Amino acid sequence: MQAKDIAELLNEPACAHNKKEKSGCARPKPGATAGGCSFDGAQIALLPIADVAHIVHGPIACAGSSWDNRGTRSSGPTLYRIGMTTDLTEQDVIMGRGEKRLFHAIKQAVDSYAPKAVFVYNTCVPALTGDDIGAVCKAAAEKCGVPVVPVDCAGFYGTKNLGNRIAGEAMFKYVVGTGEPLPVPESAQRPGITVHDVNLIGEYNIAGEFWNVAPLFDELGLRILCTLSGDARFHEVQTMHRAEANMVVCAKALLNVARKLQTDYKTPFFEGSFYGVTDTSMAFREFAKLLNDPSLTERTEALIAREEAKINAALDPWREQLRGKRVLLYTGGVKSWSIVSALQDLGMDVVATGTSKSTEEDKARIREIMGEKTRMITDGSPKALLGVVKEYQADILIAGGRNMYTALKARIPFLDINQEREFGYEGYSGMVELARQLALTIQSPVWSSVRKPSPWAKTGVPGVELGA
Amino acid sequence: MAEILKRNKALAVNPLKASQPVGASLAFLGINKAIPMLHGSQGCTAFGKVFFVRHFREPIPLQTTAMDQVSTVMSADENVILGLKTVCEKSKPALIGLPTTGLSETQGTDIKRLVKDFYAAHPEFAHIPVVPVNTPDFTGCLESGYALAVKAILETLLPSVAPSPTGGGLGRGTVGKRKKQVNVLAGSFLTPGDIEHIKELVEAFGLRPLVLPDIGDSLDGHLTEMESTPLTVGGTPVSDISSMGESIATLVLGNSMFDAADFLKSQTNVPDHRFDSLMGLDAVDAFVAALAEISAKPVPEKIERQRAQLQDAMVDAHFMLGFARIAIAADPDLLYGYSRLVTEMGCEVVAAVAPARANILSDVFASQVGIGDLEDMEIAAKRGGAQLVISNSHAVETARRLGVPLLRAGFPQYDLIGGYQRLWVGYRGTRQALFDLANMLVEHGHHEPEAYVSIYAQRTGDAAHFPHPNPPPVGEGTNVKSNMGDLCHAASAPHKTH
Repeated sequence: MQAKDIAELLNEPACAHNKKEKSGCARPKPGATAGGCSFDGAQIALLPIADVAHIVHGPIACAGSSWDNRGTRSSGPTLYRIGMTTDLTEQDVIMGRGEKRLFHAIKQAVDSYAPKAVFVYNTCVPALTGDDIGAVCKAAAEKCGVPVVPVDCAGFYGTKNLGNRIAGEAMFKYVVGTGEPLPVPESAQRPGITVHDVNLIGEYNIAGEFWNVAPLFDELGLRILCTLSGDARFHEVQTMHRAEANMVVCAKALLNVARKLQTDYKTPFFEGSFYGVTDTSMAFREFAKLLNDPSLTERTEALIAREEAKINAALDPWREQLRGKRVLLYTGGVKSWSIVSALQDLGMDVVATGTSKSTEEDKARIREIMGEKTRMITDGSPKALLGVVKEYQADILIAGGRNMYTALKARIPFLDINQEREFGYEGYSGMVELARQLALTIQSPVWSSVRKPSPWAKTGVPGVELGA
Repeated sequence: MAEILKRNKALAVNPLKASQPVGASLAFLGINKAIPMLHGSQGCTAFGKVFFVRHFREPIPLQTTAMDQVSTVMSADENVILGLKTVCEKSKPALIGLPTTGLSETQGTDIKRLVKDFYAAHPEFAHIPVVPVNTPDFTGCLESGYALAVKAILETLLPSVAPSPTGGGLGRGTVGKRKKQVNVLAGSFLTPGDIEHIKELVEAFGLRPLVLPDIGDSLDGHLTEMESTPLTVGGTPVSDISSMGESIATLVLGNSMFDAADFLKSQTNVPDHRFDSLMGLDAVDAFVAALAEISAKPVPEKIERQRAQLQDAMVDAHFMLGFARIAIAADPDLLYGYSRLVTEMGCEVVAAVAPARANILSDVFASQVGIGDLEDMEIAAKRGGAQLVISNSHAVETARRLGVPLLRAGFPQYDLIGGYQRLWVGYRGTRQALFDLANMLVEHGHHEPEAYVSIYAQRTGDAAHFPHPNPPPVGEGTNVKSNMGDLCHAASAPHKTH
């Protein structure tokens, strides 16, 4: 990928903050950089497409320590969980045999696993030696008779965020618009309900959490043509251009797909989230608004009233336990505000939130929800985080898995909010799981045990003194 | 002598291999107050970090030189200098490990020169040792990367002793100056739990173990009063390493460490004792005998008892393990160790796969050893009718498809709490391994003939026989229920008659 293509991807007109200097342009600082690369981001965005063979083209480091570690779930095919890589050797690199190996690798994947399509992820070493993966994919597609999509996402191109965009770009360029949706089956038609086709962009079905929400879409007569990419199939991605409305779910980085669907196919979109009662209801209202169907609006309001009453009753006992507990939230981007709403629904007090990966829009949203005085944290180092926990007497740290052991080593309750987590929190019913996990760690008897000095110790108590 | 089968396909499916830079990082994580910094793109480090965090359930210090597009194309030399400076300033480490990656090696970095350049530009950090090591991920595997890093640590930290004028290495004449100190070069196949036990064994003979690297001290998982640190907590103290030439002996654990051991010996003349494995009676006997010889002390009664316990366990377990067909996929030293352990119990290794070549592979107790991935293991295991798989957590799906149990071993183990610290070696570790293997085989065993009902049988009330011990497939659930109902009825019947 050339420098100008990268610059193009960093330019996202649909972002309100697009005029400012691009955060993606800042060069990472050697010796003080955390976070994944573009390859990581591209894989996160596309790996959930379940019936595709995902081949990582490069030596072992890229696939070897990352395959089979995503929390995304499929309701059908499990092909996406099979780790595939060209595992380039020294001879391949020196003799320039990478392209040849890739070609045969694609053929092998098609022969052994009959995938609906093959995605090829380019990585640093072949990008540096100059393998033309576009040409190899084209030749292999002709030879094998299945679509082969190049995803040029070498790690040195940039951050995880850029990788998301590269993935979206690849889908838009090679897949979207190459297939047509099937007609709605007669058995699924119900009197008085017009079926509308919609897409969800940036929803990854972590721990199957979207299945909390999916039945409500069915109930309202909203057919999800494609979820990019949780529990998706290749054919569904091909039909995305036929949707009447798109929702960008918790992933600003795939905004480019929504924007291009809008400019090329006139499909309107909105940004929303399924975390929390308020946001979930809001998402359904936005769909009804964009689709402009009075019957849908009416049914949507009825559904929201019913679901909110039901979940509020279910959450009441949890609210009693969680009310007033102080939360330090440290997570990237959209989650910095979407989770806030969920926590406020539970009566919790979010005392500070991380904004190092948030856009200007995200920050404005945070101020709107939490008030002007909210502490925004940009330094995510363990020491800084623990300092804020102490200063604000937080009862719990909510962050990505990478920070889990920062909290646990300091004897602080913790909730994992990122893609490796094992529990799903989306939708109305997901709130109960969220409340349960929060209460489970905050109320755990282990904290007092591990902060207690041994009976024979004379020194003070290690760990953080907690408020409340 | 096992026949080695070369990789024969273009695509690796379900990789077994973890990369050399990851292995090198692991070795550096066994040094106290250290931090590895990978020379590559930020993803190399991010993936390595997640890999270890999920395995050890510990915070893992790991940094990156963060090569981006410009530095990849133009030059990344400045990244290394800047990265070292930043880490030195921010964290004040006792040691920085500097493994290369496929990216920086393809670019053609001269990592050793860059370390010299760094000291020239920043003499204020001359007291912080930086250990460069070439570990591209297009050769070797975790085990070889780890071994290269251990050798590089020795190369960097041993020559600080002035060379003797007579030649023949450094530190000659000081061997045995520390009468109780024994070097232990610990291979990557050892868990923190293993290393703890090895130290106990060595100490039981009145000796002081100096373990390099000591992940038993840094990655054993313990809460400390220190709440956060950007460096390793525990591990081999850097200052100890220069005293390795004064030890009375070196214990070399794992064939992969032999190269580093050659270097240590050539530099110090400390006599060494080498062990390919520490699992199984013979292997542990050799180790304990060496300790008795080095210390000139009899084997303590406690250890004699552990040996006798193992022998008893071997007798107990041989019924279950005899002729059992085992599939193993692991890094070379581990593969050798398990193949030896199970064949000593009368098992047959029907599938043996390693991710990369190594000297020890021809000694593996199997007719063939494949260089390959978990798909290769799966195919061989199916062909050989394997009854049990020994491999890492990635093999969960493989074992499920084969319909056999999985004993998790090696890296990574992300779906098992405490797998990282399990004790495998010594008489005690071996005994527990035999128990577990035997239990798994019994639980999944299908040794009995299927029930046969004669065509002349006069058992009309037999419809209510016990349900099969295995869970019935979905759809037969109602059947079981009615059976259970009948059983309850039958059980209550006698009460009525009385």
